[in-house]
Amino acid sequence: MQSFRQHTGQAVPLDRVNVDTDQIIPKQFLKSIRRTGFGDYLFDAWRFLDEGDLGMTPNERAINHDFVLNAPQFQGASILLARDNFGCGSSREHAVWALQEYGFQVVIAPSFADIFYGNCFKNGLLPIVLEENIIQELFQLAVDGLELTVDLEAQTVRLADGTAHGFDIAPGLKEKMLSGMDDIAMTLAGREQIEHFEAGHRESQPWLFSRI
Amino acid sequence: MSGQTLYDKVWNAHHVGTRADGNDLIYIDLQLLHEVTSPQAFEGLSIHDRPLWRRDANLATPDHNVPTVNRAQGLDGITDSIALEQVVTLDENCKRFDVEQFDILDERQGIVHVVGPEQGATLPGMTIVCGDSHTSTHGAFAALAQGVGTSEVEHVMATQCLVQNKAKNFAVNVSGFLPVGVYAKDLILAVIGRLGTAGATGHTIEYRGTAVTALSMEGRMTLCNMSIEAGARAGMVAVDETTLAYIKDRPFSPRADMWDQAEAYWRTLHSDDDAAYDMTLDLVAEDVVPQVTWGTSPEMVAGIDASVPDPAQMSDPVQREATEHALKYMDLEPGTPITDIPLDRVFIGSCTNARIEDLRAAAAMVKGKQVAPSIKEALIVPGSGLVKRQAEDEGLADIFRSAGFQWRDAGCSMCLAMNPDKVPPGEHCASTSNRNFEGRQGHASRTHLVSPATAAAAAVNGGFVDVRGWH
Repeated sequence: MQSFRQHTGQAVPLDRVNVDTDQIIPKQFLKSIRRTGFGDYLFDAWRFLDEGDLGMTPNERAINHDFVLNAPQFQGASILLARDNFGCGSSREHAVWALQEYGFQVVIAPSFADIFYGNCFKNGLLPIVLEENIIQELFQLAVDGLELTVDLEAQTVRLADGTAHGFDIAPGLKEKMLSGMDDIAMTLAGREQIEHFEAGHRESQPWLFSRI
Repeated sequence: MSGQTLYDKVWNAHHVGTRADGNDLIYIDLQLLHEVTSPQAFEGLSIHDRPLWRRDANLATPDHNVPTVNRAQGLDGITDSIALEQVVTLDENCKRFDVEQFDILDERQGIVHVVGPEQGATLPGMTIVCGDSHTSTHGAFAALAQGVGTSEVEHVMATQCLVQNKAKNFAVNVSGFLPVGVYAKDLILAVIGRLGTAGATGHTIEYRGTAVTALSMEGRMTLCNMSIEAGARAGMVAVDETTLAYIKDRPFSPRADMWDQAEAYWRTLHSDDDAAYDMTLDLVAEDVVPQVTWGTSPEMVAGIDASVPDPAQMSDPVQREATEHALKYMDLEPGTPITDIPLDRVFIGSCTNARIEDLRAAAAMVKGKQVAPSIKEALIVPGSGLVKRQAEDEGLADIFRSAGFQWRDAGCSMCLAMNPDKVPPGEHCASTSNRNFEGRQGHASRTHLVSPATAAAAAVNGGFVDVRGWH
């Protein structure tokens, strides 16, 4: 996983609550057995007017010019401003892969759904929770173009005029993002601890170990 | 100090310790695998040359994109070459890593969340994960069962642990008893209607009260299944005689002395009397009526006797905007009675409602009747090959077929339309599944979530009808 320390980029406002992972990456694209190739289909049913399928490229699609991600001023945006409960629904990690591949490095919302939030940290996409009123302010500013600098170490989102909004993040998750260390390697570093637990677990609930 | 909740107990019994970065590790007893979210995880193991930590803690079956026709042809019956590659990849991975799989030709194949309990692979007090958000289903057995992403699937494969921080406790207390014609599906939709789709985010829900303990295991699974639709990663119900009776003598459940030892432990899997919850919701079962969703989020739900809401009367601008957007997508006018919503298709199936009890409830509405001519397609997709056979043995399949329903083979089917079973653009579908998101059942499809009885009655009636006293 890539580590995340600091990022400066343009914000694009996606003004909808409860954006579910079926919208972020529709199911027809989950048939791929790879981790890549999803960026072209991010928000597929909103970005395009025609029905998409794996293998299609954006230049052969009917663009929905009313959708904010297609507006000329937001091309190249790398910070997604979202509303409450972003990423709800299906556990598909493809949603995070699609956001990253499209070019997003940060998602800022008043709240996230649990599974999506966890999936972000497995891939180096930084989800930031800010208070509703601050988000509202950022939404208004973003319409005219808004550059933000996200500093994970300092836990701040900074505007070009120097205004900074602090955000909370669990220390363990912050550490994981900063280090970018392989999650499995980190867990396996404590292999003895798992083996010790497992031996005790086998003793107390042997029926859990009786399958052939 | 107050006592422990059921969730606290299962969490504590699996808490391995704290990792160097401060995150908790919990041990996972069972991982269920399917073709869609596992290939990248198996690939990850291969790339890093890591073995499965415990092969006997995994069980696989293809479900998401398998066709529900031509099952006897096995892999040759899959016409979509990309879907075929995924199913074949699961076959190959299971062989390579020696994981037990019920493959496409196995009668035990089915939706993972139907198969696990049916086989007794799901047991009380377990921790269970699957790369599917409806893994919460297994919480009906007092298991801590959660949906995970593909990276977590790989992590559990390699370490038998999940990196996780503990959630808070949420009690949903349902007093009284559900009236005749009102089912677990109606209850959970009513709960989601009250909580909203993010109401239980960061929490594990425990369903409690007389109306919950009166439910069969099938009903409890329906309840726990949709916990994620209220934002909770897991939902749970305490162990009682109903739980134990269901598990006894299932193929994977413990036998003889081992059963006695397990049973003694399982009987402790309930919240202590003095356990404290971070949040609670109290409902009276007698107040719950049959539910129908009218919008594009499960929280957009109303009673069968109500009407589609009017966004103009909503004071919260965010809620108003979301409602306007949903009604436009659904092509519904504010104030339309639920019973006047047009209907094109009916789907009875999914991990929420494709068990034998669901099919019995649907058949009871259909017996001796015909699907209305205005309904273009009515599908019954049993949750597993074994459910299918049982329904055939009980005569349910004949009831459905002679009424004009299509009787299909097991899989996720039209719940998420990854296989050929889709709702065409613009059409309305009464569905016993769990999500009414935009495009969920097919591009531009319009979904109305209901119980199996309501779906079946709607098929016959040609529109939604109150099944309380309907015959």
